Amino acid sequence: MSIAVLAPGLLSSLQDSGRQGWRHLGVGRSGALDPLSFSLANLLVGNPADTAAIEITMSGPRLRFVHSARISICGAQVDASLDGLSIPRWRRVDIPAGSELRIGACRVGVRAYLAVTGGFATKCVLGSMSTDLRAGFGGFDGRALQAGDELAIAGGFQPQCDQVVVDTRWIDPAPDLDFSAPAIIHVLPGADALAAPDALFADEWQVGNASNRQGLRLQGSLLRIADPRERISEPVMPGTLQLPADGQPILLLADAQTHGGYPRIAHAIRADWPRLAQLRPGDSLRFVRCDAGKAQRKLIEQRQRLARMAIAIAARP
Amino acid sequence: MNDFLVVETLGEDALLLRFGDAIDAQINRRVHACAAALQCDRPDWLIDIVPAFATLALCIDLDAFADAREPLTEVRRWLQSRKLGTGADAVVASVRTHLIKVRYGGESGPDLEAVAAHAGLLPDAVIDRHCAAEYRVGMLGFAPGFPYLIGMDAGLAMPRHATPRTRVDAGSVGIAGAQTGIYPRSGPGGWQIIGRTDESLFDVSRECPALLEPGDSVRFINAAEADRSSP
Repeated sequence: MSIAVLAPGLLSSLQDSGRQGWRHLGVGRSGALDPLSFSLANLLVGNPADTAAIEITMSGPRLRFVHSARISICGAQVDASLDGLSIPRWRRVDIPAGSELRIGACRVGVRAYLAVTGGFATKCVLGSMSTDLRAGFGGFDGRALQAGDELAIAGGFQPQCDQVVVDTRWIDPAPDLDFSAPAIIHVLPGADALAAPDALFADEWQVGNASNRQGLRLQGSLLRIADPRERISEPVMPGTLQLPADGQPILLLADAQTHGGYPRIAHAIRADWPRLAQLRPGDSLRFVRCDAGKAQRKLIEQRQRLARMAIAIAARP
Repeated sequence: MNDFLVVETLGEDALLLRFGDAIDAQINRRVHACAAALQCDRPDWLIDIVPAFATLALCIDLDAFADAREPLTEVRRWLQSRKLGTGADAVVASVRTHLIKVRYGGESGPDLEAVAAHAGLLPDAVIDRHCAAEYRVGMLGFAPGFPYLIGMDAGLAMPRHATPRTRVDAGSVGIAGAQTGIYPRSGPGGWQIIGRTDESLFDVSRECPALLEPGDSVRFINAAEADRSSP
């Protein structure tokens, strides 16, 4: 069973929940930037939540399904159609053999996930099927998808269908992912203090054009570090908010380097990563202060909502 | 008594043990001794031990603490109950030594002449000094398997290129400030390139993908001389 890539879209890559335990060798996490949409896409098609899926960025691919398949698309608001018939997100969709799936431009949000029952048959590299785009390994040949690629589907499941079958039931990712609400990102304090401690929280920040899977480059009022001495390289993590000398912070995402020499002024909490992953150049966000207890509560609540959705989906006939 | 000065938080799921804030061989040795001590008796929830020059990050599996009140508080308590990075641990930690054969100068090392001019030395003297030192892998970072080596002759120090090269070949040996390192993979890079090795620095198909690991000892061998002296 396989899918033929007719056109790859802007940046489509295989991602799972990421690579853990290799940062000491300089290997970053990679993995789905929006873990919530990624997990829900998998759960909807009956996969374990961390099965490899295609992460779509900004504009999606055109794919031909050689055999029938069960799919779902979650995340950014994106136009998807199957041989001209529009198909909705956040649902299970059975598609007949020979279908051509077109995923268009993301209208709201920036990353969508395409999951297929069985997942993709790709090699596990250092414990993960995620593509490390910077280092060039994992996923499909260590790179983003290209026209002509043939993606093998694992498991061999083929739904019996002569035409598209869209499940009448969908799921709602709110409040964990709500595109209509302003992006409020909770942050824990970093090791390095700002000259004006409230400056990070006073105004809105805009996402810059140079943002990518490594990090969001933020634009706003100039920030100054209290102690401007040169720093040596120290470990950084996805979620770390760095402040380079130009005074415009960079919020590190899943493809971040393992070490960095810039001051660390804050850390975005994990419960807000789905929202962060969906911010596109020009979008605005605000930071609010958080503490470890609240961060933990928000993460546990998010996981409980996900677990309840998993149970509800599994209970469907 | 613990050897690190302070424990900082690094987000929700990591702690940073600080041993200092400078690139210094002694401080870095303590980082690796502490990493080795943690590695010996490593709990399941400790998913990564990430050394840097003067700090050590401990990455925690939050799921292992599902019922605990606050994972990082628990980890801090666990750290306090242990003796880490003491002199005894430093002795116990064994050090692997690697010999890396390098072709210096020419196409392999396009910046050798510039480094020599900057140092006020002949190119051969730069090679001799680069091969004379014993280096320690201070940390791996920037890219998978990229070693930052501590211990270079201070006379060879040179700032990196103001504008990075668009392509540096895999195996290139470079100088940036007081450090020397090796590019595992071809790509853009700003270090002063003095030579190149055929060794594969990073290969995901190996059991340990990185040739050089944090804390390892490294010596460079001048390939031209090694070939001349071999029978």
